[in-house]
Amino acid sequence: MSAPDDHPGMEIDLLKGSSRTLLNRVLLAQETWIAIAILVLGLVVSMIAPKFATPGNLLNIFQNACFIGIMAIGMTPVIISGGIDISVGSILGMCGVTLGIVLNADMPLVVGIAATLAMGVLCGTVNGTIIAYVKLPPFIVTLATLSIGRSLALVLTNNQVFYEFGRASDAIVALGGGYTLGLPNVVYALVIGVIVLHFLLTMSRWGRYLFAIGGNEPAARLSGIPVDLIKISAYAFSGFMVGVTAIFLVGWLGAVTNSIGTGYELQVIASTVIGGASLTGGFGSALGAGIGAILVETIRNALLLAGVNPFWQGTFVGCFILAAVLLERIRSVRR
Amino acid sequence: MPVLARLEHIVKDFGAVRALDNVSLDINEGEVLGLMGDNGAGKSTLVKTIAGNFQPTSGTYVLEGKSVQLSGPADARRHGIEVVYQDLAICDNLTASANVFLGREIMRQLGPLKVLDHKSMNTRSAEIFRELKSETRPADLVVRMSGGQRQAVAIARTRLAKSKIVLMDEPTAAISVRQVAEVLALIRRMKDQGLSVILISHRMPDVFEVCDRVVVMRRGRKVADKPIAQSSPEEVTGLITGAIQTA
Ligand SMILES: Nc1ncnc2c1ncn2[C@@H]1O[C@H](COP(=O)(O)OP(=O)(O)OP(=O)(O)O)[C@@H](O)[C@H]1O
Ligand SMILES: [Mg+2]
Repeated sequence: MSAPDDHPGMEIDLLKGSSRTLLNRVLLAQETWIAIAILVLGLVVSMIAPKFATPGNLLNIFQNACFIGIMAIGMTPVIISGGIDISVGSILGMCGVTLGIVLNADMPLVVGIAATLAMGVLCGTVNGTIIAYVKLPPFIVTLATLSIGRSLALVLTNNQVFYEFGRASDAIVALGGGYTLGLPNVVYALVIGVIVLHFLLTMSRWGRYLFAIGGNEPAARLSGIPVDLIKISAYAFSGFMVGVTAIFLVGWLGAVTNSIGTGYELQVIASTVIGGASLTGGFGSALGAGIGAILVETIRNALLLAGVNPFWQGTFVGCFILAAVLLERIRSVRR
Repeated sequence: MPVLARLEHIVKDFGAVRALDNVSLDINEGEVLGLMGDNGAGKSTLVKTIAGNFQPTSGTYVLEGKSVQLSGPADARRHGIEVVYQDLAICDNLTASANVFLGREIMRQLGPLKVLDHKSMNTRSAEIFRELKSETRPADLVVRMSGGQRQAVAIARTRLAKSKIVLMDEPTAAISVRQVAEVLALIRRMKDQGLSVILISHRMPDVFEVCDRVVVMRRGRKVADKPIAQSSPEEVTGLITGAIQTA
């Protein structure tokens, strides 16, 4: 965000050493390697499948990646704090259903948006509160809410599909499926999300405390950091970003089924980890989450266009997760 | 030497266990006090009582001439008492400067927002490290640091608040010989700056190298309290084991 200033070794970047040149730091960043992986993958595939490198397809990749990317941005603070949220797919279901019900009742779009975001924050706060105060492991708690959320979505909709959005019909489709200045609206949401989270992680007390909690929770407590509140806020933030995703996704699909978001948690966590977040806590970045999501979507799209049986997708994504974690290991030795 | 803190007839019971039995102790300004004793003798309990982690069962705790009842470590910190918790209180994934200021960050105004003032925090921690004559660099990650440098980071935290008494529970227990020398040098530097240090250690050479006074605990009782120059490792060993009753 800012260049090293007149004090030698005084640059602001929280997680980088002092004696490194800019080039050195760029080369050591996970984001750089993921970007290179995307380029190489793209070049190889465009030789096999000429359709890959067309502007239409690239834009398509980017747009699809945004839905996962926005959720990955929400996941990043949770993972930095040493937690995990595997309920995001179900929260997306809850948010989507909320939006469907509210708009179906002929409410204005703003009411629908507010209700959807509130539902996301509520779900995240429930997760965070159980984790922080009942002190159960995040994996178990969010596994439970994954199940509960999906079931409640069914209960609420009674297995009904919403495609009638009353007076907000045009507006929601324009928001989620529309373009501004030649780019899909959801792309702006992702870019703003990356910028805001990057700012929060590097420039705010909240970000600093997330890293501290993920690095050494007892130490954070001894330093007087309100550890429990910060944890809850991380899950609430994740829920909020899921709400944002739900709004764009519903507008893009033009309908809400109660299975919306099923299985998304895997891709979201994969994106975050590929982008350099550590599941043991203490590391992660906003840009990494966004780029990770683009890589995951590029793999999906490339395999499809290269004519590879889609059953192979999971294998490729899995291999990239392993490669990313190994890369992280190698980098931390060299650091 | 003025007395900064005074414990009078402190008793601390944990159920049926009497961890501190009628302990009286003066903490003098600018003095390094060595606290020795066998496992379970009550050293940590004594230090935690001074640091406000424990409230004594009975007895009086006098700080700067006034009898006090500390509500917790934060309260003790307000009275200028800091504890170096060794590794327990350091985040490996943060920089030295971020650790020094953890929980008390310097903020600056950026438009309507308050943001972390990285530059001020780095400058200030560089100053503190210079005072401690430590080569620790503020923007370096703690994970890459030696045990001695990590101690410097932990000690630097105590220097922010201009504390008067620094309590160290076995700071040299888990580090290499070379790093022990580094930590002892840091303790001497704190003393030069007029701080009082209480050093719990099982290592006889460390205590005889840096301490002005030695206190020996045995089964919750204080069995010796004398200037280091008037004692000897043999005597202290005898006091710890009970071969010598008191001195
Ligand atoms: N929180 C506690 N609850 C119950 N008993 C305690 C507690 N803390 C200490 N004790 C007991 O008080 C006694 C003194 O313990 P303390 O930890 O002060 O010893 P120490 O001198 O620091 O020993 P070491 O050298 O092993 O660190 C021991 O019998 C211990 O079991
Ligand atoms: Mg002890």
